[in-house]
Amino acid sequence: MKMTNPFKVFSLSIVWSWLFLFALLPFGLILVASFMQHDSTQIFISRFTLENYQQINNSVYFHIFEKSFWVAGVATFFCLMLGYPFAYLIARMHGAMKNFLLLLVIIPFWTSSLIRSYALIAMIKAKGILNTLLLGLGLIHEPLQLLFTNTAVIIGLVYNLLPFMILPIMTNVERLDIRLIDAARDLGANRFTTFKRVIIPLTMPGIIAGSILVFLPAMTIFYIPDILGGAKSILLGNLIQNQFLVAQNWPLGAAVSVVLTLVLITLILVYIRTTHGTKNREWI
Amino acid sequence: MVKNVVELRGVYKSIHDHDVLHDINLVVREGELLTLLGPSGCGKTTLLRLISGFEEPTKGLISIDGKSVSGLPPHKRQIHTVFQSYALFPHLTVFENVAFGLRCQKVPSAEIKTRVADVIKMVKLEKYLERKPSQLSGGQQQRVAIARAAVNRPRVLLLDEPLSSLDYRLRQTMQIELKQLQRTLGITFIFVTHDQEEALSMSDRIVVMQDGCIEQIGTPRQVYEEPQNLKVAKFVGEANIFAGEILAVNGNNQVMVNILGKERPAKISRPFQAGEKVHVLIRPEDVRVWGQPEVEDSKQMFPGVVEEVIYKGTTVDLMVRLNNQTVIAATEFFDEDDDRLEYKMGEKVWVNWTPGWEVILPHEND
Amino acid sequence: MTLKNLPAVTYLTLIYLFFYIPIIILIAYSFNNTQYSLLWHGLTWNWYSELFSDADLWIAAWHSLVLSLAAATIATMIGMLAAVSLYRYRFMGRQLLNGLVFILILSPEIVTGASLLLLFALTGLHLGFLSLLLAHISFCIPFVIVTAYSRLVSFDKNIFEAAKDLGATDSLIFRRIILPLLWPALFAGWLLSFTLSLDDVIISYFVAGPEFEILPLRIFFYGALRGKT
Repeated sequence: MKMTNPFKVFSLSIVWSWLFLFALLPFGLILVASFMQHDSTQIFISRFTLENYQQINNSVYFHIFEKSFWVAGVATFFCLMLGYPFAYLIARMHGAMKNFLLLLVIIPFWTSSLIRSYALIAMIKAKGILNTLLLGLGLIHEPLQLLFTNTAVIIGLVYNLLPFMILPIMTNVERLDIRLIDAARDLGANRFTTFKRVIIPLTMPGIIAGSILVFLPAMTIFYIPDILGGAKSILLGNLIQNQFLVAQNWPLGAAVSVVLTLVLITLILVYIRTTHGTKNREWI
Repeated sequence: MVKNVVELRGVYKSIHDHDVLHDINLVVREGELLTLLGPSGCGKTTLLRLISGFEEPTKGLISIDGKSVSGLPPHKRQIHTVFQSYALFPHLTVFENVAFGLRCQKVPSAEIKTRVADVIKMVKLEKYLERKPSQLSGGQQQRVAIARAAVNRPRVLLLDEPLSSLDYRLRQTMQIELKQLQRTLGITFIFVTHDQEEALSMSDRIVVMQDGCIEQIGTPRQVYEEPQNLKVAKFVGEANIFAGEILAVNGNNQVMVNILGKERPAKISRPFQAGEKVHVLIRPEDVRVWGQPEVEDSKQMFPGVVEEVIYKGTTVDLMVRLNNQTVIAATEFFDEDDDRLEYKMGEKVWVNWTPGWEVILPHEND
Repeated sequence: MTLKNLPAVTYLTLIYLFFYIPIIILIAYSFNNTQYSLLWHGLTWNWYSELFSDADLWIAAWHSLVLSLAAATIATMIGMLAAVSLYRYRFMGRQLLNGLVFILILSPEIVTGASLLLLFALTGLHLGFLSLLLAHISFCIPFVIVTAYSRLVSFDKNIFEAAKDLGATDSLIFRRIILPLLWPALFAGWLLSFTLSLDDVIISYFVAGPEFEILPLRIFFYGALRGKT
């Protein structure tokens, strides 16, 4: 009894073709590749093996995972601390001023992120601007060795990912019904209590979304640790990049990717569970 | 001979194993304004969607002009729908909105112009042709929605609670306008509403629905004055309902009934037998309340005490607690010069009604 | 919330400074007449003249522009169809598509890049413009879908039923109703895709070939060589 709907058929076939070829198939290949062997002459030997995963299990790689988690976590934390007030303030504004301020946030990101990272180097190196400033103010007596440390990487990550924390929180705060805050104040809550018991819980979806949008790239961007952290700093992103393009150990690279994807899915499931019941779950 | 333009026979609809409509049998006559009336969830909107073709019945037959429309998509049926939210295309002008259906049917441009102009004149929106929907008021938007459907000359126009989003005054005005419009256009209207006052004032016939079933079909007077069962009686208008028993059946549709301890004559519209338990229905506006001093012969009256007086401007509602603890509601027209109507709470009164104004219904368990 | 609220204003200003100082530094140093030192050695146009005469850089920039324009446009078209299908139709695998778009947006670029490299290697696709184009289109599409979809859900659903009731085919509904109402969101999606594509480093790193240079990669390698732009 269903009529054939040519437009629907056309749309769906295009969409599914793309989806299959460029999303499902590549991921499937990675999954398969992670179980394969390799040697110095061939990228793949199609023999099933778990040695890639076993390799990951050893302490060196484990350490890299740990470090990436830590760095990403710290970066996310600082993004949250810096970004939440910012997002909150902007979200409560109206009109042209608000749009202008938003634009100001976005404009720096029209310049290449690479170039901005290089600029950060200029800021934090031993003879850089930050040190010059702090020395001049008498706050420190020796230049801070920030470059090529974890701290530099974290600074770089926060700098690049801050908007990803700001935007979801801002969207969330915009939807906040101001009458709820009035109701809380009316019932006797002071500003702090209102913040803790009304505003934070209601903006939690935005906080979580922002955190995920920061945490994941923080774990996997390779050029920031590369530029700001130097050769010593190997994080997950560098690891995968390394395996695929330098060491030519594609199966291992694939295995690491699979593990990373599993972490991603876990985080998404956590996100879904915490926003369980809200209709806005589909793409904030 | 009035033609039947829509017929439903033995129609059932289940959604997710849940029976939404049972055994619907209905005939819609050409040129009438038929209302589907019922509380939320009774299935009236589903029924409308079955007729319009947006859903298919699980069982049963629907035919338009004698031909089955099973499997026929909405735009192939000669029926158009006016949605509750009007669903006007926000980016098109009033003219383009109304012309939309005609353009889909590839009607020539010149003809489109004349037909749109005609129907716009009927809904009195000539000055608004170039406006966008957002620039129109609620009532105007609704008229555009009707024009958009009517210009295609459907056999039937379906309207899904079209007045529910308008405020009280506008609703009253639109009720009259819609009725007049329907007569002018000469199109059969099927209306869906939960507002019984609206249904009573506008319809040629009303279909009272509840829980997926048709409870009664009749003219507004029939449905109001001769409800077929308690559900209809309670939904359409206010009702006092008492238990009673038939004492004796006389000829000419007359019986003697035992109500609230008194024997009274009553009129019946269907066969009953002596000893049968019944429900007696009396509408508040048919109840007469008399103060103690005015009454001489109180044999046939019920004694009671005034519990609540509610002044409503045109009428005053009284809640009277009768001696056997039942409460009866009475509505009287308020005449400010009539001292009789100054009732006080706690006052002892007599309650009565004209025999024959009540409705006797078979006993039903609640 | 007025501007008289000093702590708020101070806070906002500080954050904005945080964003802009590196850029200002960049601009300042591009005029600095020295290659390695950070001290100010005098105003110069040297770097800019060097930049403008670096033909390779221009070629790479041109390539990037063409690539991003093409990728953004094609991604917008496919993304638009996907968003409309998700919005209007019930079809097998709809939930899967939904979830997949969600996952793709959040997917680490590195995994996407690696997986596409794998795909291209196995299918023997030569790494160059085409591989870059396909990769860029793929990672832009989810963003278009999200942008378009969130605009679609703000429509009154009844207008589609009304259009069908009046005899419109789906194709007509798409052309005359959906497109005119959706195009601001499509433009936003296009802009977003264009920006993402232009600035993309990670995925391009994996799937680019030697002949078709693009700007971000050129900068990456350039910077790695010289330590400073």
